Amino acid sequence: MAAAQRKNPLRDERDKRLPRIAGPCSVVIFGVTGDLSRKKLMPAIYDLANRGLLPPGFALVGFARRDWEDEDFGQVVYEAVKEHARTPFRQEVWDRLAEGCRFVQGSFDDPEAFHTLARTVKELDEERGTGGNHAFYLSIPPGAFPTVLQGLQTSGLTDQDSGGWRRVVIEKPFGHDLRSAKELNRIVNEVFPEESVFRIDHYLGKETVQNILAARFANQFFEPIWNANYVDHVQITMAEDIGLGGRAGYYDGIGAARDVIQNHLLQLMALTAMEEPLSFSPRALRAEKAKVLNAAHAVTPFGETTARGQYLGGWQGGTKVPGLLQEGGFAKDSVTETYAAITVAVDNRRWAGVPFYLRTGKRLGRRVTEIAVVFKRAPHLPFDDTSTEELGQNALVFRVQPDEGVTMRFGSKVPGNAMEVRDVTMDFSYGHAFTESSPEAYERLILDVLLGEPSLFPINEEVELSWEILDPVLANWAANGKPEGYRAGSWGPESANEMLARNGHEWRRP
Amino acid sequence: MIIDMPSTNTSQVNAKLVELREAGGMTTLGRVLTLVIATEDGQQTEEAIDAANDASREHPCRVLVVARGAKRAAARFDAQVRIGGDAGASEVVVLRLYGPLADEGASCVEPLLLPDAPIVAWWPFDAPAVPATDPIGRLADRRITDSANTKRPIKALEQRAASYTDGDTDLAWTRLTSWRAMLASALDLPPHEKVTEATVTGAADSPSTDLLAAWLAESLRVPVRRVKADKGGGIGSVSLQRRSGPVELVRPDGKTGTLTQPGQPERKVALQRRKVNECLAEELRRLDADEIYADALRRWRKLNTAKSGTKTARKPKAGAS
Repeated sequence: MAAAQRKNPLRDERDKRLPRIAGPCSVVIFGVTGDLSRKKLMPAIYDLANRGLLPPGFALVGFARRDWEDEDFGQVVYEAVKEHARTPFRQEVWDRLAEGCRFVQGSFDDPEAFHTLARTVKELDEERGTGGNHAFYLSIPPGAFPTVLQGLQTSGLTDQDSGGWRRVVIEKPFGHDLRSAKELNRIVNEVFPEESVFRIDHYLGKETVQNILAARFANQFFEPIWNANYVDHVQITMAEDIGLGGRAGYYDGIGAARDVIQNHLLQLMALTAMEEPLSFSPRALRAEKAKVLNAAHAVTPFGETTARGQYLGGWQGGTKVPGLLQEGGFAKDSVTETYAAITVAVDNRRWAGVPFYLRTGKRLGRRVTEIAVVFKRAPHLPFDDTSTEELGQNALVFRVQPDEGVTMRFGSKVPGNAMEVRDVTMDFSYGHAFTESSPEAYERLILDVLLGEPSLFPINEEVELSWEILDPVLANWAANGKPEGYRAGSWGPESANEMLARNGHEWRRP
Repeated sequence: MIIDMPSTNTSQVNAKLVELREAGGMTTLGRVLTLVIATEDGQQTEEAIDAANDASREHPCRVLVVARGAKRAAARFDAQVRIGGDAGASEVVVLRLYGPLADEGASCVEPLLLPDAPIVAWWPFDAPAVPATDPIGRLADRRITDSANTKRPIKALEQRAASYTDGDTDLAWTRLTSWRAMLASALDLPPHEKVTEATVTGAADSPSTDLLAAWLAESLRVPVRRVKADKGGGIGSVSLQRRSGPVELVRPDGKTGTLTQPGQPERKVALQRRKVNECLAEELRRLDADEIYADALRRWRKLNTAKSGTKTARKPKAGAS
């Protein structure tokens, strides 16, 4: 990796136009027939090719049980690309990509299949010049990890000394509690050293999430007020309007907290709350994230500082939808939560006394992810009581998706001859939501894997620290009661509102 | 929405923009820059506007099109305001200037510039001899020309080289980015041998090919041969000689390139010619001086003057760099 960066006369740090193109390599996808692979991975790979960011001779290998030939697989990729790619379809780009498509048939426990895979990869090195550089993307349930990793190891595919690099990409869930996460990390690290492990948290690939760092550390006017002296509380929300139909196998027994809070929301919190890193090098960035996660803990008593819910059937946005217990595959007495909210405290000088409220849920009002930093009221208001009645608290909101951007909320005089102050918002939206040229999160992350650029991937330490924060809450929930029902299309159970009301706060309607 | 405002002036146009914003809330997006397109009034004006609209999806901007109409006519100022679906993520104001006003583009543009935001000037076709001192160019932080899109591309490039000022850039250079990226990443890989000489082939009137050769000469510090192909447009091939054999990137059909390196299989790579909207979006991404372009242009000028002797040599101008 470092050797490739040796003095290349054509590279000049003043030359900001030259994109980073990955070196010769291939991506091997396990679970290539899955939803994620079809909707996100394969289209993202095409988009990268279309932007000219993949190396010439790039190869894509699918591994699955289906009885397919290379051409059948090519057809599947073609359809996925046609349907889901974000950049326009270009025949010549597709033709180049299609030449590099290979398919290996087999089940995860079949050593023969892994030998075929090893042979295919070897052939690619010779035919396409992939140079022994291969990324293995495990788009499979974590239960299958040990078998697949074993298969890779025994067939010699994980051999790092073969002249090229071998990397593994894994998706959430990274375990279901601290113990299982450690176990999973151990299994993965037995086969791949930590620097070759890329854990995908696709939120970290989003432009707006990276923009949090730009906004905080490139500007002068946010940082001075970014602390407990001025910030009242922080709300981090990830809401989805869809339900869990068809996802019982994955979701039942897992629930919203494990599915979303442990990874996405705690990562967003870390980026919001962390200190300024010494530099933007992966090490410095991770050090700050780990520090803030280390300082964080869920506030007790959980009966008052957390909330969980389960959606009920009803009418949502003009459609009749079933409740969780009526969705196929879920037990009739399932206590899996589809809504989870927790209160986190960060014990350091900057944030002492500022609650971070994290919430996520299915079948909520609309699909939205945002970070709202809510500021304290002005200490003195030199107005009549009546003139500031409608004035709320100032807020800075990072809209992560959809409609990416930043909103600022502050008080403004209502036009008229009386002094009356009311909240208004100021919006910044980069127009990115509808540009075809801004990269999708997966594009950015896959490219970073191929370039060996680890900044945007959480390491095992961060994963374990996040579980340490969440585990006590999960244990408490498991021991006490069950989730409270909430109406589909609403903003969660009543207990969530009470949870904030106790501190005199209120959820924003995003 | 397209609103025609015949025989008007900038105050009325400004008033219209404010009115539209208040009435429709149609322009609530944050605008990051003002793009001034300077062109002759005609069919091609629309092409440029389309490209700008596309680019505006990445860089929300206000687009001011200064279309110069007939000079020998009565003074007249027609404006057209486009917002919403007809303007991408931007708001477009087309100013058609006739008669004595035709040369007053800059003064007509000035009141319509966005406060505080950077200004980019773009001449999609013929550009003034010295963009930096042109009245519109003087307003701009960055000046984009397109020498390939003029009647005499090489001549245009000579003008660019003679008058380069920080903030100048040319789409002939932008079209090269994918070639440069491909070559740079080819040299990223072992063997890290020194390139001893290079050859660049392309159409005789392709300023991109010339710039590519100059860039290689400048950064590799080796002799670069510029071969003029009789067939095909744009860049045809590049070959970098190294001890173990040449690294070659060949694009015969303007779409697909083939990369060959000793000891490695031949690799195909999509290397289609870039469209104007892509190039423009790339240009708007950076608003600081492009030093690499300046170096390549300076080198090209040196090579070109040396080679063609007194024939096309221009008087060296003071302040050329």
